[in-house]
This record gives sequence, structure tokens and C-alpha cells, in this order.
Amino acid sequence: MSESAPPDDVVIRIRGLVNAFNGNVIHDHVDLDVMKGEVLGVVGGSGQGKSVLLRSIIGLNHPQAGSIRVFGIETCDMNPEDLKGLQLRWGVLFQGGALFSSMTVAQNIQVPLRRYTHMSQELMDEVAAMKLSLVGLPPDAAAKYPSELSGGMVKRAGLARALALDPELLFLDEPTSGLDPISANQFDQLVRGLQQSLGLTVFMVTHDLDSLKATTDRIAVLVNHKIKVGTIQTLVHDSDPWIHEYFSGARGRAALAGT
Amino acid sequence: MRNRPLATPDEALATLRVERRPNLVRLVATGEWNVSQAPRLDSQLQKLDFGDAREAEIDATGVSDVDSIGAWLLLRTKREFEAANVTVRRFAFPDRYEPLLKIMEEEHNAPPVAHPLHRHGFVALLEDMGRGTMQALHQGYEMLGFLGRITIETVEAVLAPRRELPIPAFVKQIQETGLTALPIVGLLAFLVGIVLAYQGADQLKRFGAEIFTVDLLGVGFLRELGGLITAIIVAGRSGSAFTATIGTMRVNEEVDAMETMGLNIPEVLVIPRVLGLVIALPLLTFYADLVGMIGGGVMCYFDLNITAPEFLRELQQAITVKTLLVGLIKAPVFAFIIALVGCFEGLKVERNAESVGRLTTRSVVQSIFLIIAFDAGFSVFFSILGI
Repeated sequence: MSESAPPDDVVIRIRGLVNAFNGNVIHDHVDLDVMKGEVLGVVGGSGQGKSVLLRSIIGLNHPQAGSIRVFGIETCDMNPEDLKGLQLRWGVLFQGGALFSSMTVAQNIQVPLRRYTHMSQELMDEVAAMKLSLVGLPPDAAAKYPSELSGGMVKRAGLARALALDPELLFLDEPTSGLDPISANQFDQLVRGLQQSLGLTVFMVTHDLDSLKATTDRIAVLVNHKIKVGTIQTLVHDSDPWIHEYFSGARGRAALAGT
Repeated sequence: MRNRPLATPDEALATLRVERRPNLVRLVATGEWNVSQAPRLDSQLQKLDFGDAREAEIDATGVSDVDSIGAWLLLRTKREFEAANVTVRRFAFPDRYEPLLKIMEEEHNAPPVAHPLHRHGFVALLEDMGRGTMQALHQGYEMLGFLGRITIETVEAVLAPRRELPIPAFVKQIQETGLTALPIVGLLAFLVGIVLAYQGADQLKRFGAEIFTVDLLGVGFLRELGGLITAIIVAGRSGSAFTATIGTMRVNEEVDAMETMGLNIPEVLVIPRVLGLVIALPLLTFYADLVGMIGGGVMCYFDLNITAPEFLRELQQAITVKTLLVGLIKAPVFAFIIALVGCFEGLKVERNAESVGRLTTRSVVQSIFLIIAFDAGFSVFFSILGI
């Protein structure tokens, strides 16, 4: 395990990550590099630790062992004050949206703006409207409370909030689940567009094969407590039975037809 | 290392240069047009005077960094030009930002977001009062309906169980509302016993009637205070727990899931709590009565030198079984109020975190209010009956 700082083009560097709960090993010395400007898809069966991996990277879960560096800064066992500098550089979309239920959608988006910038209320309102239209929500959603939105709209509003400060690194936890295929498609294009224009790095946990095909540069598969990284083309021919079934099953073939 | 939001607004980091020629305004943007510089650039652009220009150019090819907020500022300016009938001849960014610009130009045509209106003044006050009154009346009406439904369901569940009663849930409620409340109820009853005896002794000493402290303690505590204190503690402890638990289940859609499975919500969520508390609270009250007497007795011994045998003899003369029963008979009624209000408010929770907190508060305040109101009612009722 090298102690030297990772090169600039590695945004997330994971080395020897071990996560175990009550003796149940989830990750067994996992290594992973996420490159600057790439969209990395993370897949794996239920209970293989996709969410635990995500939570470990963003500091919500403390791993048993190993090192996680984000932008070259070690996040394991970091004190909250140091973590703040990093938190401004990433945005997280949680699976359920995790909008603050006591605020309107616009106020949700403005939380980070209000906390970290000195914009006028007028500019913040314009920014909120812009973020909403970026994620494909109608303007009248701004004044609504999360309880008044549908599941798909909550997800989009959550993405708008994650994008509020134009982060360099975006974590998406099952972003297209619960969206209709047309919205999911728009979502994929949006992620691609933002990634290309802003040099965004995206870490996306997803099971949506269409989404994997449309957006990701590389795919990390969590299987047997380890990670295998590859592109769709290489993973299709992988020897592991789970990976093979995943990409070559009926759904996989339908989604990947023409690749 | 780029660390946008923490960077301070700085002239050197991002600039906007305005060049004027006859009939032409040329805006040249350079530097980092991002979120940290946006407030300053925004006010600069707001103050921009178009003059008599008929044509405009926006040249951002010299920027080193643009995020969506920086791009929006320029896009907004472009639209303002167009709205003022100024032709924008050139609107240029570095090539790598083309996809961002494309997304923003296509997607973003929305006006600034609206916020819910906040009204002030006398009319708003009147309106709030009116709305509050109507809500309170409606709430009372609904609670009455809930009382009816739960009464019927409870009687049915006890007399003619459709299925077996949910015994484990019921026992768990007795344990949680009764057994685990013993330490706090005991401690407070002991302290109130001490306070009552001390204050009573202080006053009665002046008349040389110290021994009547025991009478005061016996009647005051067993008839009124024991039951009231226990009920108030339990309202704060268990009533709030009922509301928060059921409320969180509503937030998680657990209650909806039960409904779709054909489970009877009152039977599953409300009746075990009502029955559990109706059994636990009288037991707790009796226990509080005992501990309160001990507390008072201890105080009598130290303050008035009344020994235990003397204390008991005096107590026996002062109170009858009826005194104790008058106190205890109120406990099931209080229990019913606490459980009913707690569950009712819990089931009214909406799908947001704030609503759980608001209704939990309301549940505790309402049950304590109702307990004291009913206690007053009981006093009047008993005095009419001459008990």
C-alpha cells in the first residue's frame, strides 16, 4: 500500500478497505480507483455492500481497516472540521432523495447556497429555478413541499440540491430507480452532459442496465467481497458466474444489444 | 486545488470588462466565473447600463472556469439584451463548456422561483385565529369520532374477540408503560410526599396540630396528588412515545402497508396500547401512593418525631379504603385519555419529520390538559355524591 499522494487524475483512491458488521464481512481488502472526469457505475447483488461502499467514501460509515482518499485527502477517521472542505466539493443524491421535509424544494436547494455563499435572495431564487429546470422539474415545483411531490420528482429535486454548489464529484445512489424510462433516459443524458461540461466525476450506484450503458465509462462490480472493474465489453466475458449472469441474462442482453 | 465555495470574492479571480463603441456594448468575461464569485458579478451585471447600444457581444472565451451559476449570469444578461431589443451578435464560451451552455439554453427558460406568501398584520392575525378555531373544532369532532370507534373496538376486543387478543403486544405495552416507569414515578412520588409533609408540618406546627400532617398527607396524596402526578408523568413518557412511534410508522408508510394487508389499524396499534395503559396506570398509581406515604412518613419522623407505629395508627384513623379507591378509580380514565390522545395524534401525522414533532408536543399538552380537566370534573362529581 503506497503512502504517496495519488496523482491528480485519481479522484477517489481506495486501498485495502475492510468493512464487517457483526462478524459478517462485507468488503475484504477492496481496492478501487475512480479517475477524474469519469462516470463509474457500481453494481452488485443485494447485500454485497454497494451502499456501505458509498457511505464509507463520504464518511458516514467508518471502515474496520483500509484507506480512502478523496482528492488526495484521507477520509477515514477524519474529524468533522476537516471533512467540511471535502463536503463542499461533492454532492450526494441519496436513494430516497432525503429532502428536508420542513422546507420547500427551492429552500432545499438554497440550503448549501445560503450556508456557504453570500448571494442575494434574488440570485438564489434564479439559481434554484435554473437547477430545477436543469433536472427537468417544472417551475411550480419550487414552492412545493417534498410531501407534495411524486417519488420521481423527489429524486430530481434531490439531484438539484446535490448540484447546488456545482460540485466536482457527484455521488448518486440508484438515481434512476423509480423513474419512468423517458425520465430515466433524460436523467442519463443530464448526467452525461454535466459530466462533460463541468468535468464532473460521477460515482453512481445503479441497477439500471440502460443507464449503465448510456452513461458509464467503467463499471465496478462488487462480488464475493471484492471489486472487479471493467467496461461492459470486458465484463460480459468475465468468468465469474454472477457477473456473467448479470450482463448476459435476458435483461442484460436486451439492454446491451448493439454494443 | 479548486475549492470554490470557500474562496472569497476577489477582483483578481474573476473580472467583467465592459467595452463601449458606438451602438455596441461588448462584455468580456475572464477568470473564474463560479459560485464563489457569483455574488459580486451578479451585482455588477445588475448595474449594467445598456446605453443606446443596438448590438451586443458577450465574450467569455477568456474564462478559466465556468460553473452553471457563472454561465447563468451571462445567459441571463444575454436574455436581458434580447428583451431590450439589443441584438446579441456573439455569445462565446470556451469549447469545453459547449455542452453545459447547450443544456442551459435549451432547458432553462423558467422565471425565478416563487416562495409561499407570508402575510403580516391584523388581517393575517384574524385569519390565523379563525383558522385555528375551526381547526380546534374540527379536531374535537374528529377526536369524538375516534373515541367512539376505539370504545366500540375495545369493548368488542375484550368481550367477543374476533381473533385471539394480541397478548404479546399487550404485555409488551404493560412492560413499557408500567414496569420501566417504576423508578421515575417512585422517585417523584417520594419527593412529593416529602414536600407535602414538610409544608403541612410547617403550617400545622403553629396550631400545635403536627399530628394532622399525617391526615393531610393521607387524604391529599391518596385522593389527588398520587394519581395526578403519575398520570402526568405517564402522559409525558408514554403518551409522547405512542404519538412518535405511530407517527414514524406513518412516515414510513407502515400504517398504509397494514391497511392494504387488511389489518385493522385500531386493533393492531391502538387497542394494545389502550388496554396496556388502562392496566398499568392504576398499578403505577397504587405504587406511587405507597412510595409517597413512605416519603411523607420519613419526613414526619425527622421533622416531627412521629415514629412509624404512630404514623400508621394516625393514617389508619385518617383514611379509609374509600379514600384510596377514589384516587385509584380515576387512573383507568386518565390512562384511557393518554392512550387515546397519543394514538389519535400519531395517526394524524403527515409524511414529514416536522409533523411528528408538532403532533407529539400537541399530544402531551392535550392529554395533560384533559387529565387536569377530568380531575376537576371528578372532584365536583364526588362532592355532589358526598364521597
